[in-house]
Amino acid sequence: MSNDWKSYQPLLIPAIRDLHEISVYEKNDGYQALKSILSDRKKWSPENVIEEVKDANIRGRGGAGFNAGLKWSFMPEPDGKPRYLACNGDESEPGTFKDRKIFEYNPHLFIEGAIIAAYAMQVDAIYVYIRGEYRPWVHKLQQAIDQAYEKNYLGKNIQGSDFSVEMYTHMGAGAYICGEESSLMESLEGKRGYPRVKPPFPAQRGLWGRPTTINNIETLANVPMVIKNGASWFKTIGPDTHPGPVLYGISGHVNRPGVYEYPAGMNIMTLINEVTGGIRNGKKLKALIPGGSSTPPLRADMLDGVTMDADSLREVGSMMGTAGMVVLDEDTDMVDLIWRISVFYHHESCGQCTPCREGTGWLEKTLHKINSGDGEIRDLDLLLAICNRMEGRTICALADAAAWPVRYSIDRFRDEFEKKCKKTVYAVA
Amino acid sequence: MSDTYTFDTKDLKEIENIIAKYPEKQAAVLPVLWYAQDKFGHTDSSVQKLVAETMDIPEAHIHGVVTFYTQFYEKPMGKHVLDVCTCLSCQVCGGYDMLHYMEEKLGIKAGETTPDGQFSIQSVECLGACGYAPMLQVTNDKYVNHLTREKVDKLIEDLKAGKKPEFESMKMPQHVNGSDK
Repeated sequence: MSNDWKSYQPLLIPAIRDLHEISVYEKNDGYQALKSILSDRKKWSPENVIEEVKDANIRGRGGAGFNAGLKWSFMPEPDGKPRYLACNGDESEPGTFKDRKIFEYNPHLFIEGAIIAAYAMQVDAIYVYIRGEYRPWVHKLQQAIDQAYEKNYLGKNIQGSDFSVEMYTHMGAGAYICGEESSLMESLEGKRGYPRVKPPFPAQRGLWGRPTTINNIETLANVPMVIKNGASWFKTIGPDTHPGPVLYGISGHVNRPGVYEYPAGMNIMTLINEVTGGIRNGKKLKALIPGGSSTPPLRADMLDGVTMDADSLREVGSMMGTAGMVVLDEDTDMVDLIWRISVFYHHESCGQCTPCREGTGWLEKTLHKINSGDGEIRDLDLLLAICNRMEGRTICALADAAAWPVRYSIDRFRDEFEKKCKKTVYAVA
Repeated sequence: MSDTYTFDTKDLKEIENIIAKYPEKQAAVLPVLWYAQDKFGHTDSSVQKLVAETMDIPEAHIHGVVTFYTQFYEKPMGKHVLDVCTCLSCQVCGGYDMLHYMEEKLGIKAGETTPDGQFSIQSVECLGACGYAPMLQVTNDKYVNHLTREKVDKLIEDLKAGKKPEFESMKMPQHVNGSDK
């Protein structure tokens, strides 16, 4: 697929004027997937919808990359009491700015996907959690939801069927941790966003103690096309193990930063050199953060032949994350960069688990010391020791997300860290 | 103090509507705090008390929520709050230069408010506009992208003249280059 990208026609956010208007969306086959489900309930029983989506292997676009249909199948049998779908539009991972494009340019695609998910899992209400900073986009989505209610795609007896579902937006108020699914539920319940201990998993005990599934916005936007064209069609896009279109949010030192839609598995150097027009000011590439601040940075010399999909990135020692790629040129001070990332994680640690609350502070302090020229070589070992005491020892993955960039940067850019340290000579006993 | 801040009948009706979106009223704490902050400009202890009494939820819980989320102002802020992103992409694309330029221009440091109460500046974490760095957000609302000194100058002049920034639609590069049907 080396050059296929040039002829690729976007599926999630096609270039159609005013697509956010429901009439334009309908004219372009919008809500047809939902209608076909509701008009042929035998073919499209909830179980069959889940099977099709599972088969399509839409890997969660929020960072974890888990098969969305498989996640849906964890919901228990309906028992007549409420069940919920929570849509995760918290989008707070530094380097990530893709879901807001869906709210702005193609909100009905996401709404349709969420309604289909609600049908498949037989839930009663959909809550869309959006970070508070995205207030203008919350209004845009709310307008689209209001239009969908007017046309009876939401509400009671949708399109004359016996299927009913409500959809609400819920605005956060500035907390990165609320993108973690259990913290998101706490926040939706009106509390401080402290992640919950798992198990029980959300499908067992989620919002208000009831079965709940949490999906990313972009993940749900993939659902209507899977229903319309089938799982086998979906799997022809991108790599076998990570199919479908992806919104690549590319920022940093490139000539044309922005959100681009291409199949998963794009060659990283193609994205940097051709799609975004190369490094600005004719500089050389130094490093790439491939999928948001928590994914380990890669040196330029590690990127040859690497593609943007879970397997290829794992092999080279990083992760797909949110596909929020931060491109860094040769002038980038990696120590300064990693220090600033550590400031972020210290600020955003919820404070519930000691290894994270204390560890993120220690990382920040120690990196600040090195960054300001007061560090010693042994402080690098201290940083790694702190990472060891954080990773895998907390309720949620924020501690890991804070430790990885530090650990892998010291490994991959060690000379830069050492250069900033004082040259201290210790007597050998 | 608490009688300084009150909800009128229209507010109470709105709050009732917000609560109706959820199976339990506590879930409405964040949206009701947003509603209160929109009305009063902040959620200091008096506003927290008002929200607690209105919703019949312990004040300690409301206080806990307000202090957890960075967008709720625990004290009155300037009329215009300029949240300058300095995180990751904004850091490497000149976010700190913009922050320092604004500090110099307004004569205050990040975290402070001008003596006339017009402007507050804050250095904030990633706002999700990484491709349009450096950028800032004005009082929890519109984003101003691709900041330059000239753009900052104009923004501050506009705000002083009572003109709020428009929503900037940041197009997808594929759309700009491709055909717009």
